[in-house]
Amino acid sequence: MSSLFGKSLGVITVGPSLFADGIRAAGGTAVAVDCAPPGDGDASVATDLSRLVNHPATEAANRTAFERYLASRPVLDGIAPARDGVPGMDEQRILHAGPPVAWDEMCGPMRGAVIGAILYEGWAGDAAAAETLAGSGAVAFAPCHHHHAVGPMAGIISPSMPVWRVTDGISGGTSFCSLNEGLGRVLRFGAYDAEVLDRLTWMGETLAPVLAAGLAKLGGLDLLPLMAQALHMGDEVHNRNAAATSLFLRRIAPAILESDVTRAHATEVIAFIAGNDHFFLNISMAACKAMTSAAQGVAGSSMVTVMARNGVAFGIRVSGTGDRWFTRPAPPIDGLFFPGYSADDAAADLGDSAITETAGIGGFAMAAAPAIVQFVGGTPADALRNTREMGLITLGPNSALTLPALGFAGTPAGIDARAVLDTRIAPIINTGIAHKDPGVGQIGAGITRAPIGCFADAISALAAGLEE
Amino acid sequence: MLTATRIIRNFYRDSITLLQIATTLTKRDGIAQAGAVMASDANIALMIDAGLIDSAPDAGPNDLLIIVQGSDEEAVETALQAAENALEPAPEAVGSAAALPAPRSITMALGVMPDAALALIATPGDYAAAEARKALNLGLHVMLFSDNVELADEIALKRLAGERGLMMMGPDCGTAIINGVPLGFANAVRRGDIGLVAASGTGLQQVSCLIHAMGAGVSQAIGVGGRDLKSEVGGVTMRQGLAALASDPETNVIVLISKPPAPEIAERLVAAAGRIDKPVVINFLGGAISDLPGVSVANTLEDAARIAVGLTKTTADSDFPVADASLTQPRFADGQRFIRGLYTGGTFSYEALTLFDAAGRPAYSNVPLRDSQKLADAWHSQDHTILDLGEDLFTRGRSHPMIDPRLRQDRVLQEAADGQVAVILFDVVLGYGAHPDPAGVMAASITEARGIAERDGRTIAFVGSLCGTGDDPQDLGAQHAKLRDAGAVLLPSNARAVKTALALIPEARS
Repeated sequence: MSSLFGKSLGVITVGPSLFADGIRAAGGTAVAVDCAPPGDGDASVATDLSRLVNHPATEAANRTAFERYLASRPVLDGIAPARDGVPGMDEQRILHAGPPVAWDEMCGPMRGAVIGAILYEGWAGDAAAAETLAGSGAVAFAPCHHHHAVGPMAGIISPSMPVWRVTDGISGGTSFCSLNEGLGRVLRFGAYDAEVLDRLTWMGETLAPVLAAGLAKLGGLDLLPLMAQALHMGDEVHNRNAAATSLFLRRIAPAILESDVTRAHATEVIAFIAGNDHFFLNISMAACKAMTSAAQGVAGSSMVTVMARNGVAFGIRVSGTGDRWFTRPAPPIDGLFFPGYSADDAAADLGDSAITETAGIGGFAMAAAPAIVQFVGGTPADALRNTREMGLITLGPNSALTLPALGFAGTPAGIDARAVLDTRIAPIINTGIAHKDPGVGQIGAGITRAPIGCFADAISALAAGLEE
Repeated sequence: MLTATRIIRNFYRDSITLLQIATTLTKRDGIAQAGAVMASDANIALMIDAGLIDSAPDAGPNDLLIIVQGSDEEAVETALQAAENALEPAPEAVGSAAALPAPRSITMALGVMPDAALALIATPGDYAAAEARKALNLGLHVMLFSDNVELADEIALKRLAGERGLMMMGPDCGTAIINGVPLGFANAVRRGDIGLVAASGTGLQQVSCLIHAMGAGVSQAIGVGGRDLKSEVGGVTMRQGLAALASDPETNVIVLISKPPAPEIAERLVAAAGRIDKPVVINFLGGAISDLPGVSVANTLEDAARIAVGLTKTTADSDFPVADASLTQPRFADGQRFIRGLYTGGTFSYEALTLFDAAGRPAYSNVPLRDSQKLADAWHSQDHTILDLGEDLFTRGRSHPMIDPRLRQDRVLQEAADGQVAVILFDVVLGYGAHPDPAGVMAASITEARGIAERDGRTIAFVGSLCGTGDDPQDLGAQHAKLRDAGAVLLPSNARAVKTALALIPEARS
């Protein structure tokens, strides 16, 4: 054993610590692994995982997927009604957040948002008729992710709603996201009263055309540099977008004013953006969708390309397992609640915005935005630790998105489903909390973790595809 | 219900900080609801919606607004004061929480120790094979301590290791010493030029300790696991270990230790040993093998050590006793006829069984050489009985008796109460991983057992051996002294203890 004899022996011990203690007492060096069965105690999952650890095919596939992710260059280059931009949206179809879910099983906020979208589209005259229509089968429901799209919270996109288009300058792939309505009574939290519908109408008739005119003047906006700058200004570009929104406004406002839109419309739009710290969130999500889509479809890769929740189920997709969803019940959220609300009022984890964590920002870039950890009573040190911890389950740093507090290291990116299962360290997600009843809105914000079971199922699927 | 507000002009705090303060306030006794916001129109509307205030206060977006609802004035006032205190900047957090968790996977541990060469795995059997496969896939040699691993997994793991040029020691490998580092249950043995490969943990411990006692040392001690020499596994790890030691420049003499292998495996091993240009000593624990030039056959573990030490080029002075001092024959009462061997080491019990057999006095056992010698009930001895107390039947739901001695303590007292018992034969195993004071525990049992026998007008002889070295953490000298003080007779090896015990019982009595 040329590789074993004749040198000092470093030992990794797995199991009771007494063996590591004995080795150290005898003057040897040992590192003890804090080991626990993976996969909810299912031994076959442990076996599946063990076959994939350091497997040459998986390693090569992950390198390819991760390089594609790193190479992607999201450019914001359009805004148009979903029916004109998003493939498959030219019929009576409504997109929603997360993995597939039937109307009967949707959570309260999503049902409310669907009713709102039907009213907005004019497919029904009142809420009762909208519910009847939604349950009749005449409206097709599909996850945003099935249409290259993402949406925060309920994630509802109907054909007439304007959507951002982000094009990957390298692969040419496109991604879409709805426009942010602001806080308070908004469709994405399930509100559908007149105020909400009026705003949606204004967004379609004024906001989108004005932004389109500005974007046309700009000739497309490279998003990664802007997001990188926002990370240096205290955003993690998921739950905190104050800096990114300001940076965006700084770019779009002159372009809008230079375009031929009316001064009144320009004023309305600029004021709307200026009054909404989260305006950039939806652009960030479309950018993240573009980056992770670039990594999708590499056979054998265990890189996670989607994490999304529909308020009932939490689902992931993995590069090497095609369009399959791996789901578990959506977890509750550890967070802070607005006055008058508590955990009893909260919907389970909801929204496609976990695409930001999937792309290496949001909770993964917590070190950039220490204020976010206060949602769970954490300290700035916790923010650094959370980011470093995510480094243990990711394929590498994204040096385009750096973190000053960690010596300008890149954000940890490219979740490796193997590492999640092996370490039992679940991806961390920063998120808003919706009221469980439709129409109430956001009642808090906090931090949650992806259910490990999703990753266990993905690993078993990948192992089944391994060639012996 | 009382409502009180406080407005702090031109004072900014982040909305999350404020939300946290409000949440803390609501947890105070006597406080029903609380809010803390920058007083923008939207935030004021939120406060009104929540029922905290009825109308907008005289405050603007640059002012900080705190609202508290509570049962009495004192609760409300102290809450407001607490909120103001909480707005003071916090001192820098003491004690960094940025530390990462301890390694939670082998991959993660490799991040901490990138030059690690070996993984020692001791997890429950269902998961042990998976951990071993991960380690092999990561290029690590493996010592798999766990038992209850499926035979098919053992075969697959050993094949995988072979493909990668890695050593797969185990499953059920209790002992190894690699590059001087004791792994699992191993002793602090001097380094030297004798290389060992063993399919039995305590066999390896006994031979390595005796080599140490005889003034020589060990280059490498490789464990292969109890099933390696079964036909299905084919002795792959032992052949691999033999080849590794054959090409190891620090090894001059090789010792193979195992219970009798499947005949065709034994044949292959002996043939392989014959092709090596270093002397090989084989102890198959009573299993007869053919003799080849360069291959020596040892009948006992002590013989194996002695022959190996005789072949080495580097031996220190040693006072290892060649002959045992003669014992005073104890005066047994009528009916005291039997020997009961209470072993914690599996190989010691096996060696004892072979020596009883060779003496023409076969013993009963829970792990007999032949089915006809199987104890009807392992919890009750009959005639001469040799027990392996580390066998699954006894360890169900408890640790191995080398770690947890209670099982043997109980059995010693049970045997002492049996009027037919004349001699209790035992082992005491020292080393890393073993109980911190096994001799102390055994000595206490001996004292108690002798008391039981004496009250009944009998005397029981306790005959045993200590397996350990002077460098072991338990302090060999002190361990010896405890057993001697309790009246035990100690021999330098298990084989000599067994022979001594047999000599105490004249043939006619049994």
